[in-house]
Amino acid sequence: MAKWDFSKIKEWGWKEHPTGGVIPEAATTDSYATGGWRSVRPVLDSGKCVHCYICFIFCPDSSIVIKDGKMTGFNLRHCKGCGICAEVCPAKAVSMMNEAEAQGLEKCHLAGQDLGTEKSA
Amino acid sequence: MPKTVALVGTDAVAEAMRQINPDVVPAYPITPQTSIVETYSQMIADGLVKSEMINVESEHSAMSAAIGAAASGARVMTATSSQGLALMWEMLYIASGLRLPIVMTNVSRTLSAPVNIHCDHSDSMGARDSGWIQLYSENAQEGYDNILQAIRIAEHPDVQLPVMVMIDGFIISHSIDRLDLIDDDAARKFVGKHKLKNSLLDHENPTTWGAFDGLHGYYFELKRAQAEGMKNAAAVVKQIGEEYGKISGRYYSHFETYRLEDAELALIVLGSAAGTMKAAVDQLRSQGVRAGLLKLRMFRPFPAKELVSALSHVSDVLVFDRSDTIAGEMGGPVFIEARSSFYDEIKRPRFKNFVYGLGGRDLNLDMILKAVASSQTGNLITYLGVRE
Ligand code: SF4
Ligand code: SF4
Repeated sequence: MAKWDFSKIKEWGWKEHPTGGVIPEAATTDSYATGGWRSVRPVLDSGKCVHCYICFIFCPDSSIVIKDGKMTGFNLRHCKGCGICAEVCPAKAVSMMNEAEAQGLEKCHLAGQDLGTEKSA
Repeated sequence: MPKTVALVGTDAVAEAMRQINPDVVPAYPITPQTSIVETYSQMIADGLVKSEMINVESEHSAMSAAIGAAASGARVMTATSSQGLALMWEMLYIASGLRLPIVMTNVSRTLSAPVNIHCDHSDSMGARDSGWIQLYSENAQEGYDNILQAIRIAEHPDVQLPVMVMIDGFIISHSIDRLDLIDDDAARKFVGKHKLKNSLLDHENPTTWGAFDGLHGYYFELKRAQAEGMKNAAAVVKQIGEEYGKISGRYYSHFETYRLEDAELALIVLGSAAGTMKAAVDQLRSQGVRAGLLKLRMFRPFPAKELVSALSHVSDVLVFDRSDTIAGEMGGPVFIEARSSFYDEIKRPRFKNFVYGLGGRDLNLDMILKAVASSQTGNLITYLGVRE
């Protein structure tokens, strides 16, 4: 839950915005899906994974999910599909899959809209 | 005790910085600004100030570091010139858009090509719409005084915008000038402590800076708010100028007038040429020409209303611009602004523009007198001192 009430932000006049557009809280991306532009997604082969966390270190979007010391998969709300995890994995445990196919859609590059992503304009 | 000293302009600026003792100074050297950072890093090495100096690899990085440090709540100062200012370009807008009260000295130098290291105002005029407040100085004294006031103006809660203080390259920066420094304690008391409402290092109240405007578009509203900060700056510049006058005896406002009250002919100029202009006014007066001077100090925000009321009684205004807009016979930036300030007035003086001193070409008394003599008949815009 956000600490500031911006529920009416779309109606705010210029005097209501914080000076300089500063958001009065941190790590707000957590509540905002940013993965909607992904065209390929990482898929984990847990049989091959040796839980070395190298993907965790390299992922630019902090989208590697670790639970109880084990690499368990990806946070697809924020994963942008860059493929770095697949590239750096020493066990070749990550492969990249077409996003539309993964969603059971026809192959196309406009996929990713049903992953909690805001449908904006 | 105030102290009378003889200093080159860059050292006068460094003295003001020493008294302010900013938390962070990210800077990259460029002629003719270099001596400011040189002197200042010597002051740090000598333990005279506690500033953290960040030696960066370019002016783009200098302004980026200034932005980061300012967002962290630090009081930040830097300095640049010419190509350096041009390289900061995109970051200038980020500093003002994030409403960060950074204070920067710009030692005015022209922009290439051809390569030229001398004074004109092309560099800062290129940044005139970047949302920075702009103050121009006539001499080392004003450079020093402007820097101290700039801190207060930038950090004022009604303003919260970066300030650029101009001193003319070489003419001021490298000439020894006599000036009065205010006492260290008085300077410190005057600038006070810096406290930003939000800061990145305030871990108890964490904030997010420079976020994407979310496709819903809040950019327009934030720009509108920024325009209001710039508008507010006009009153704040005046108020701080008064306050500074009380402790130094030197009062500042948006502009200074010289023998303008009963003048028929007004000259307008920015920066160091004002000294020569005053001599020209005296000479013209002795020849029976009722001349006067309006030396513009504040170019951003532009003091249109005050300018109109100060010039309402004159019949001719000659604007001297040390840069050109290269806009197809539109004239220099000061000319464009001053002339358009009069558009809604019923009684409008005749305006003439003289673009002078590009790339450091000297402006002397004779040239000004010739310009005045030609102004009744000459073109709207004249390149003064160019070889025809
Ligand atoms: S880099 Fe590969 S092996 Fe290492 S944790 Fe990530 S997926 Fe598993
Ligand atoms: S594809 Fe890129 S963003 Fe997604 S989990 Fe892998 S490294 Fe992170």
